[in-house]
Amino acid sequence: MATLRDWLIDDSPASPMQARLGRFYRIFGALMHNPLAVIGAIIIVALILAALFAPWLATHDPLRQALAERLLPPSAAHWMGTDELGRDIWSRVVYGARITLVIVALVAVLAAPAGLVIGVISGYFGGWVDRILMGITDIFLSLPKLILALAFVAALGPGIENAIIAIAITSWPGYARVARAETLTFKNSEFIAAVRLLGASSLRVNLGHVLPLCTSSMIIRVTLDMAGIILTAAGLGFIGLGAQPPLPEWGAMISRGRSFILDQWWVATMPGFAIILVSLGFCFLGDGLRDVLDPKSGEQR
Amino acid sequence: MADDSTTTVAGPVRRRGATVSGHRRLIAAAGFLVTVAVTFLGLLAITFFIGRIVPIDPVLAVVGDRAPAAVYERVRVEMGLDRPLTTQFASYVGDVLTGNFGTSVSTGRPVLEDLARVFPATLEMATLGIIIGVLLGVPLGVIAASRRGSWLDQAIRVVGLLGYSVPAFWLGLVGLAVFYARLNWVGGPGRVEIFLDGIVQPVTGLLLIDSLIARDWEVFGNAVWHLILPASCLGFFSLAYIARMTRSFMLDQLSQEYVTTARVKGVSERLVIWRHAFRPIRVPLITVIGLSYAGLLEGSVMIETIFSWPGIGNYLTVALLNADMSAVLGSTLVVGAVFIGINKISDVLYRVLDPRAR
Repeated sequence: MATLRDWLIDDSPASPMQARLGRFYRIFGALMHNPLAVIGAIIIVALILAALFAPWLATHDPLRQALAERLLPPSAAHWMGTDELGRDIWSRVVYGARITLVIVALVAVLAAPAGLVIGVISGYFGGWVDRILMGITDIFLSLPKLILALAFVAALGPGIENAIIAIAITSWPGYARVARAETLTFKNSEFIAAVRLLGASSLRVNLGHVLPLCTSSMIIRVTLDMAGIILTAAGLGFIGLGAQPPLPEWGAMISRGRSFILDQWWVATMPGFAIILVSLGFCFLGDGLRDVLDPKSGEQR
Repeated sequence: MADDSTTTVAGPVRRRGATVSGHRRLIAAAGFLVTVAVTFLGLLAITFFIGRIVPIDPVLAVVGDRAPAAVYERVRVEMGLDRPLTTQFASYVGDVLTGNFGTSVSTGRPVLEDLARVFPATLEMATLGIIIGVLLGVPLGVIAASRRGSWLDQAIRVVGLLGYSVPAFWLGLVGLAVFYARLNWVGGPGRVEIFLDGIVQPVTGLLLIDSLIARDWEVFGNAVWHLILPASCLGFFSLAYIARMTRSFMLDQLSQEYVTTARVKGVSERLVIWRHAFRPIRVPLITVIGLSYAGLLEGSVMIETIFSWPGIGNYLTVALLNADMSAVLGSTLVVGAVFIGINKISDVLYRVLDPRAR
């Protein structure tokens, strides 16, 4: 192990591969020294594991109704109790992890690259391209996100796919801003000038050299945004515009438990704890990542 | 944005000094107004676009799906849907500017009238929410910064992060279950008890102020009793954000040399923090509070649903569920416009108050 470690932290790496792995190793090491980041990482790993192994972790079929066992309090048989149709809440929360994971992953995959490309183009080319793109970005940024997402879903129609699209439409502008700011700091640096002098096209400069440099701040931003994305998705589910029944989406589950909050508190409360835990996990990890990857802007926000 | 591109200097410069800076200020103000106008136009463009992507054919909604082609075509022309999109957009902008937001399908009244009726309830709740957020958030942020790294700082940090992680609707539900149902410390859903509803003549629409004007203490007390829980839920979210920003601003100041100088001079820690370090952060804090206030208007959508609060959030959710697009787009426009307005006002305040930004 010692030799592998030496190879990883070598000051003069022999290959780009070694340099890259070494960087990952250092970041990983620094993250491990940040207790909140470790907790965040554990929560997110747990979320992914729960989503992957849901059939094994769940004690019951999340969709099976058993009217004889409706609204039972938490017990050894039903760890989080049962809902108004006798479904096991623990099993539904575990399966809900899949829905949450799919939503955040899809929003990240749709919104982050879109924002990245728009921001890099805007920053690299400047001039009127920059003005128009950033003008549009600023308009989106100055509008309330949740309301905009609600209006989009109302127009597109309720459903989990439309909820994902609506959230993605409202979250790309933040990424475009970050990517543009990063691009501006690299644009005039000497190594970019050197690549250009070697005859590289602007496509090559951007794809090969500018985009990769933006990734670390993008990762921070995406991780920090995850909590907001989860909350918006849950909110849409709660209002009835997101995931539709009988899907065990956490927000929709809270909405159904609303009528029983006074006497059967567990129906609405349990999925809420799941949302809080996962959102906190992303916040902790995002905070930690920012401290490690971007020390100059630590303490901000 | 387009602010520096529109700076065309008009007229010769007569006197140096004052006039030049006067001109510059005028140009900056004009540029700012252009930015605001473009942002509002952008908001209109987005709501117009959303109205267009609705998969419901507006003509079919009027004539029904059995109408002959000739009738369909005539109605389509009457509704102006045969004109190019730019013309349609222009007439949409004209409609909105003259206050024609369409008619709500669910209430049967003009959307603008509905919005004017429900907006004060939201304003009342958000205003009390921001007051709670500022009164608690600023001191918490200052305390966290002055005891950096202590357990108190960590605790405040976790509270701040909870503000980003707790779903508003869940907090409202749990709050109702605990403080209303179990402890009975606060009133339940709604603005007042049903038997007190409609007693006070609406003047401003803000129930607290209206009941004060009417000197009806029973209604006033009952309204406070009902308002306190939803406003505290909203306040929690602004508290989290304000405390976090205050802490970060304070840490910036406390690391400055003038603070060290003051400490070396023997100024007490309390004076160092409140008189020296806190003063310069008041201006950026105004921007933060403005942003947070705008965010609360948005956050009230979820809280209002839980508390059956007859505000714009509740109106919007009902409209959403009934696919009442005129009402949805009207509410979006109003919340968006207020949001932009508050943002821009705090921008202006920042420029006016901060000597460096003048």
